[in-house]
Amino acid sequence: MDGGSASAAVPPPVPSKLAFILKKALLSAFVAFALFLLMIGIRTEAGPDGQLIYWTRVGELAAIVGAVFLGSILVELWRARSGRIDFSARMPAPLLSTLLSLRRAATPALLGFAFLVPVIFYDQRYLLDLGILVLTYVMLGWGLNIVVGLAGLLDLGYVAFYAVGAYSYALLATTFGLSFWICLPVAGILAAFWGVLLGFPVLRLRGDYLAIVTLAFGEIIRLVLINWQSLTGGPNGITGIPRPTFFGLPFTAQDDGFAARFGLEFSAIHRIVFLYYLILLLALLTNWVTIRLRRLPIGRAWEALREDEVACRSLGINTTTTKLTAFATGAMFGGFAGAFFATRQGFISPESFSFVESAFVLAIVVLGGLGSQLGVALSALVMIGGFELFRGFDQYRMLVFGLAMVLLMVWRPRGLVGHRAPTLFLGDQRTTISASLVKEGHG
Amino acid sequence: MDYFIQQLINGIALGSIYGLIAIGYTMVYGIIGMINFAHGDVFMIGGFIAMIAFLVLVSLGLTAVPLILFFVLLIAMATTALYGWTIERIAYRPLRQSFRLAPMLSAIGMSFVLSNFAQVSQGAKVKALPPIVPGGFTLSDRAGFAVQLSYVQIIVVVTTVVLLGIFSFLVARTRLGRDMRACEQDQTMAALLGVDTDRTISMTFVIGAALAAVAGIMYLLYYGLVDFFMGFVAGIKAFTAAVLGGIGSLPGAMLGGLAIGLIETFWSAYFSIQYKDVAAFSILIVVLIFLPTGILGRPEIEKV
Repeated sequence: MDGGSASAAVPPPVPSKLAFILKKALLSAFVAFALFLLMIGIRTEAGPDGQLIYWTRVGELAAIVGAVFLGSILVELWRARSGRIDFSARMPAPLLSTLLSLRRAATPALLGFAFLVPVIFYDQRYLLDLGILVLTYVMLGWGLNIVVGLAGLLDLGYVAFYAVGAYSYALLATTFGLSFWICLPVAGILAAFWGVLLGFPVLRLRGDYLAIVTLAFGEIIRLVLINWQSLTGGPNGITGIPRPTFFGLPFTAQDDGFAARFGLEFSAIHRIVFLYYLILLLALLTNWVTIRLRRLPIGRAWEALREDEVACRSLGINTTTTKLTAFATGAMFGGFAGAFFATRQGFISPESFSFVESAFVLAIVVLGGLGSQLGVALSALVMIGGFELFRGFDQYRMLVFGLAMVLLMVWRPRGLVGHRAPTLFLGDQRTTISASLVKEGHG
Repeated sequence: MDYFIQQLINGIALGSIYGLIAIGYTMVYGIIGMINFAHGDVFMIGGFIAMIAFLVLVSLGLTAVPLILFFVLLIAMATTALYGWTIERIAYRPLRQSFRLAPMLSAIGMSFVLSNFAQVSQGAKVKALPPIVPGGFTLSDRAGFAVQLSYVQIIVVVTTVVLLGIFSFLVARTRLGRDMRACEQDQTMAALLGVDTDRTISMTFVIGAALAAVAGIMYLLYYGLVDFFMGFVAGIKAFTAAVLGGIGSLPGAMLGGLAIGLIETFWSAYFSIQYKDVAAFSILIVVLIFLPTGILGRPEIEKV
């Protein structure tokens, strides 16, 4: 008691804020100098006779150290000013309620916009292509969400199923001439089969052991695709994959083409618009199936598995089938997306199915707030859109993307949309659950 | 038989490099339970810094190879350790109390940052050095097949053994090692008993990165080249080694590293070189089916 009041009476001398900030900035600059002295200060390259030569880059080194110094000052100033602000507490109540109702309107608005994109941007092929890309990742995100977000099984090799779907369609279409509409379900079934195949050995594994096995599985699939030259064409991939048809009508300028049959003037954009609606419908199918499954016993079992595996087992839930169905369902949608990817590109190679893709999709799911359907869609839009913005800075693109990933995670570890709709509710009390109450699972 | 012995030597040298990287994974995992995906790229940065330091030292007029190696080791270990410290500070510390996936994704992001930083700052081409320590012993020369034990292989294995000894001493006998083991068991309790957990975790990253730098130098000596993409493959294999040995266990990491090195070498020697990585990963999966926590890992006891 005495000690407490004594220390309260004599407050410790407050160090000068400016001096503190300067000291910290100087320290950061020094660390930056040590880090970049060799990596940036010196540039190496193979000389004309094959020997490595080097030259110094003092200017670049000075610039980056200076930038770190100034940046550190800015960060410290910003921290000193803002501290921790609770934005919702500062906002006036009416504004807050408007924002909340806006949030409720976000899903229908986004959906309406997604349907109208080809109408609004009919002439802009670039935007349509971008839309197709975003929707592909939305679909992959929703598919992986079943495994990671609902069942809580950490899958680092999701791209393997994407690859299985893509190669299934490509091989079936190029060797047997089967149409896209027959191959699509086959690709999904094959991917689901591979999902079960992966699921079996990992049933007993938990946490990071599961993570590394799924990662290894993804790498095995990729390596086999590269090396099994007689089947997959090796690193050169498969070319000449047939384009999709409008239920049998090809998108060509011929008389039996789509345009001629419907009395339209031929335009290459028809095919793009068709692809856009195709992936939109596939993505919405994924979403719809996920939402429905969540209300079925199997979906409840997935979520129960994520929350507590031991409790799950003691209540008589068969964890084996629960895990396997989660893997299979997630993989199936990955396979659909893969088949779509193959028909859209017309060309596939193992390069498209590297670990980076898996990390990309996982980042979309986690950033979307694990299990939130809207969040996954939004974060796919943000990530792919942001990635496109840097198209001009080719070399720096992945660098910026990596930095953004780190900063976003530090800023919002629980994802952009930090809440989710409950599966069960009483009467009209449709409150949302904060993401921090949801477990991530051990699997 | 001679062929077998040769492959054994090659496999052990390669396995030592994997083991050194795997120790970094296993230590970080042991202490904060997180997969440090950026560790493979820290290894790559270590290789790059060693390569640059080597070039600069040679052009400054140093000629004695042991002296050059000593300075390269010093510079690369210090700088790479600083990389490890900075990465922990920026990307992992703010997420310490967060859920498991957040630091993992942050680490994946950091891995992209590091490999692309190396690509942007040093160019995408493979950087090859002439052999720094050429030559070796010829153990036997029968029927036209010579079993070679190169000096580099001796350096790699000896360095690994010495470092492993120093490191085991550090963990078993020093104050820092005790703090690390305390944090591993219960971070909150360790903090209550006066262990500076932040500092201890930082030191774990520093040591892990320094060992990765050594692995980078060994790789540079052994293969004579570095490129910005080597961190990914080496990182995955080293992580596989750590898991195979039982993640969190130091001898396990070394054992796993040796196992992966040997599997890879023998597979390339007797079967096909293209599928060596497939073999390593498949054996990982098979081992984990029967030993779900690796060879030396402790089973996770779950309290209900």
